[in-house]
Amino acid sequence: MVRHDRSLGLGFGREECMKGHWRASGIFRSGGKDRDIKGEILAHCASFAVGSSSQHQHRPEFPLNLLTDPTRPLSSAGMGVQLAAEQASLAEIGDVNFSDLELAYHVKDALRSVPLGDRDSYDQLVGFLFEDGERLGSDEVALLVTNLNALSGAVSDIDFVHHGSLLDCIFNMSLWKHRPDVMDALLELIIALAASSGKYVDSCLDMLVRNFMPPGYFLTDAKQRTLARKKGQVLDRVHSALKDIAELVPLAPLRLEQIIKDRVPIFNKEPLIVTYIENMLTLESGAMRELVGNSMLVEVVNTLIDLDVEIGWDDILQDDSSKGIFEMELDDEEGSADDDETDNFELPRGFSSQKMLKGNVVAEKLDSLMVLMFEHLQDCYYSGRLVQVFETLLQSFQSTVLTAYKSKFAQFVMFYACSLDPENCGATFANRLADLFKSPVYAQEWRMSAVAYLASYLSRAKFLSASYIVNILEREKEADQDWFLRLQDSVIQARGKRCDEMRFFDEMPFFVFFRGLSLADWCSSYCKSQCGEINPKAHRVFYAGCQAIMYVLCFRMRSILGVPRLKSQLFLMPIGAILTHPLNPLKVCLPSIVEEFLLQAKVARLFSCSEIDFHGLLESELSRAFGGLERLDMFFPFDPYLLKKSDRFIWPNFVYWSMVRTTCDNDDDDDDEGSIDEVIAQDCVGGNGVNVTENGTAMSFDEDYLDGFDNSMMQMSITPKNYKFGSALRGGMQMPSRIRPSTSPESL
Amino acid sequence: MEGLKVSDAKMTVYLHPSKARNASQAIFRELSSLLFKFNETFDGVVLAYEVNILSNLAKILPTIHPYFGVRLKAKLLLFNPKPDMLLEGKVVKLGQQSIHIIVLGFSSATVILEDMREEFRYRVKHGKEVYVSASHKRHIIEVGTIIRFVVKSFEEEVLHISGSLLPAHTGNARWLDKNVQESQADSTKKRKESDRSQIRDLKKEMVEAEIYSLKTNNRSKKSKRRTDDS
Repeated sequence: MVRHDRSLGLGFGREECMKGHWRASGIFRSGGKDRDIKGEILAHCASFAVGSSSQHQHRPEFPLNLLTDPTRPLSSAGMGVQLAAEQASLAEIGDVNFSDLELAYHVKDALRSVPLGDRDSYDQLVGFLFEDGERLGSDEVALLVTNLNALSGAVSDIDFVHHGSLLDCIFNMSLWKHRPDVMDALLELIIALAASSGKYVDSCLDMLVRNFMPPGYFLTDAKQRTLARKKGQVLDRVHSALKDIAELVPLAPLRLEQIIKDRVPIFNKEPLIVTYIENMLTLESGAMRELVGNSMLVEVVNTLIDLDVEIGWDDILQDDSSKGIFEMELDDEEGSADDDETDNFELPRGFSSQKMLKGNVVAEKLDSLMVLMFEHLQDCYYSGRLVQVFETLLQSFQSTVLTAYKSKFAQFVMFYACSLDPENCGATFANRLADLFKSPVYAQEWRMSAVAYLASYLSRAKFLSASYIVNILEREKEADQDWFLRLQDSVIQARGKRCDEMRFFDEMPFFVFFRGLSLADWCSSYCKSQCGEINPKAHRVFYAGCQAIMYVLCFRMRSILGVPRLKSQLFLMPIGAILTHPLNPLKVCLPSIVEEFLLQAKVARLFSCSEIDFHGLLESELSRAFGGLERLDMFFPFDPYLLKKSDRFIWPNFVYWSMVRTTCDNDDDDDDEGSIDEVIAQDCVGGNGVNVTENGTAMSFDEDYLDGFDNSMMQMSITPKNYKFGSALRGGMQMPSRIRPSTSPESL
Repeated sequence: MEGLKVSDAKMTVYLHPSKARNASQAIFRELSSLLFKFNETFDGVVLAYEVNILSNLAKILPTIHPYFGVRLKAKLLLFNPKPDMLLEGKVVKLGQQSIHIIVLGFSSATVILEDMREEFRYRVKHGKEVYVSASHKRHIIEVGTIIRFVVKSFEEEVLHISGSLLPAHTGNARWLDKNVQESQADSTKKRKESDRSQIRDLKKEMVEAEIYSLKTNNRSKKSKRRTDDS
């Protein structure tokens, strides 16, 4: 009987049901008020209109659609009799007109009667709203629409205390379960509620935010088409409603921000969190951008960080002696990797799909979100507002990513943003990192982290342009502008041809690093101010700076030495003095970096080898102590990216270690002018998936993939397997892609 | 527009030791956190502030975290609408049941149908929803209109105002101002007309008096002549 009561709309306007139905059929105009409902109104509806809802309590049950669909055959004689009776009473009623206002008054009466003890009509209304939207027939849908519309007109009479069940019902309704006309009516009610009283603003916003995600059962394969269709219908309406509420209640966006932050479904299934973040990014780029855009971006980055820290470094950095879960999963997928053409096509030379974090739920979730974020940044770039967005990202980076314990992937948001606009974003990023490192205001851990980011960024970024350098030099060290111009002239002269912008630029990061940003100067000044002995804890910022210098030189030294003028600049830098200072950074910094640097420096004769004692520079208690528990010194954030789907945004702009030619390499073209390793490496990538090795031998991705990365030890390394340093001192050491903790078996 | 006031406040802002390097920025940040929230101490919503730091010396709290207190004087612009105060706001939505208004750009207000004068009739004109006064056809309220209304209640937590258009001096602010001016102008005009009529009457009286005196003079001359003739 419950269904009977609801279907007949005992309390709430059978006439409304018909109105809603007709409106949906296009009989009534959709806009405007004072819409009169003209036509045949069923007897029980009319009797409600005169306020005698109790008359209907004993009305026999019959299907509602029989009344509105005359073509439907009657299934029983009893029903036919019933219908005849209804039609007879209908004839007695004749034409009855009801306006929206009148309907609203009926609902108001029902609401007002609750405190007086008469709950019949009210309960019927609540009961109807409880109905599962997906099971409603067209007439019931029409009835629901009209009830919702009537409620919209009566919101001022809804009381938080007396009508709690009604409010619960409304706020728990899911738009995903209803048809578009019900969605519209429900959202109209939600907007009216939000605007009617400040008490409901939070609940209304919360209801809308919950509708960012579909119900769980939509995630099944069978429902995918429905989900795709519904997604457009629901989310457009939700965002439109949020905008309307923000226009009516100016402080609502403040509350919306908090609600969205609180509701981030970080532990939910991947499709749900992806949809949620999609909505957050829609808010960032939509009409409410000015109101909530910044906080949405910050929150998305926070979510990325939250997921990022769920993936443990220990798991990723497992050596072959103790493989981590990711490596084991990757090993399992080795066999299928060859078959995956798209994977191979996406991969850069020097890296393999084997290295990707697959099979890890959190990593896959993060991967999808990174794709969303990268696409969003791309859109921002094309719409010309990347610089504005980047400023927010930078603040967010500084407050969350930089201070997070060894973030693994979230920082690539910055990397990608810089790659889209190196001149502005790239320069700003480097400047900020340099400022952070040099400023004593910040905590030492932050400064060490900042210099690690700076070194890693300058080593790995392939996208930097000449204008970026000019900007950096202008901003950072105006006095160096003349130097820069002289340098440019000298490069042109040295090459005997016009300076190629990209090639010229590829020699620049070091000078930005050492001169523009004065890192070497800073270290040199620090050395002069200190007269103590080696002390990893007390001077850890200094050691982090030294390690950063060596790290960048490991990547770029040969490029610098390829240009005489730059070479002379490099030789003028007080690197030798810094490294031979009693603080003895060579004994404290990560041995693998020190070793690689010294070898390259030795070949390049960067400083007199007699200055450096090569013995005892490997793993020591001192290097272990450096950085203490935090080990920020071991952290070089822009190491090869391990997320599969989003890697396509990163690898084209990324310098892999395998691309880098060091001063130790003896190639035929070693003496060529301007042996710009990165450019060569860049050029080596064939347009159709064919790689060209350093020897000029073309090989397919598969061959490359099999050739380079079958050693599990090398899985996390950017150093190719067959990379030989040509020195006994190298032993088993390799340049780490992930700067491993010095206690790792490899470094021992 | 009522409900706004400026208060002089003497206060001490306690700052975290980490903010010692840039105390003024930290003070601004601390005061900014008061904005657009109802504050019981100040008895209103802080809309703006102007700070004068009294001294460079700060009092350090002897706790684990040695917060330091900076004494300052601030002028605070406060908003606290009380019942029966007259406010102005812009209509952002209008329906058969209610009018939604934004006051000072941040506070939402609603006037429901029951709180409107009966003279206001809901109409749809050229597809636009409006309220038109039955007694003054030019007195119209539509989206974008600045209206003057009376406060019924103010929810401090959510800064929502419940308003009323029942008193006669409420409605479209522009129309009300204009109407007042016109009524003032009308009264001046009437006064001038009455003055003129008084002057006219006076002149008339004077003219009549002159005529009368002329007549009497003529009579006396005639009688004189008669006496001379006799």
